Amino acid sequence: MALSRRHVFALAAGAAIVPVFQFLPGRAVAAPEDVGKLIAEFAGGKEPQSGKITLTAPEIAENGNTVPISIEVESAMEGDDMVDQVLILADGNPSADVATFAFTAMSGKAAATTRMRLARTQNVIAVAKMADGSVYMDKKEVKVTIGGCGG
Amino acid sequence: MSAAPKPRVKVPKKARAGEIVVLKTLISHEMESGQRKDKDGNVIPRKIINKFTCEFNGQPVFSCDIDPAISANPYFEFSAKVNESGTFKLTWVDDDGSVYTDEQKIEVD
Repeated sequence: MALSRRHVFALAAGAAIVPVFQFLPGRAVAAPEDVGKLIAEFAGGKEPQSGKITLTAPEIAENGNTVPISIEVESAMEGDDMVDQVLILADGNPSADVATFAFTAMSGKAAATTRMRLARTQNVIAVAKMADGSVYMDKKEVKVTIGGCGG
Repeated sequence: MSAAPKPRVKVPKKARAGEIVVLKTLISHEMESGQRKDKDGNVIPRKIINKFTCEFNGQPVFSCDIDPAISANPYFEFSAKVNESGTFKLTWVDDDGSVYTDEQKIEVD
């Protein structure tokens, strides 16, 4: 194939972009089966239900280096009605694990806020494990303009 | 790390018995993810805060296992139910084994 002038320019542009992307670890992506496995391990075989847990995250994050996320689980935090742990996962990061929160009766309320890194547009997943063994899940897609984790 | 990690914690000074108060915590820390490479292509070793705990009068209130996806200068906001006056003890554990702590008193009536 004879290369036209236009092709040469296109190739040059492509070659210039490739090395830049090699520095973005966002290319390494947690496989969906990893996320499924992590949820199953955390849930101890229970099928996560919807409801009870609310994950709040921005629809669009301009800067993936610091994305505020909040979780809140409906619970009296007394006796049997208690939230033990909440697992946070991100399915498009190099590693899906984000954090695991642990609550007690002294928490008063099963709610927490933190800031996380998102390598690219992806789903953030929150899974709550109650003291009675039931498991609840919520999921939000966050669109990321500039990925976090990178150099 | 340019400077020693410095915790900053916001806790109300006073509360009524049985009230649920909100604690806000932040610690200066670069949270090096272990995913980045330096300009020679060598992986920069991971160095993060991997655990955060909060106790009130020696009883666990809230804790968090942390992975590299938590942002630099990790921030945590959470609640605590206070029935008596006492002290919150906050602890951050670094990958290198360092432990950073902070204490905050609250008066409950």
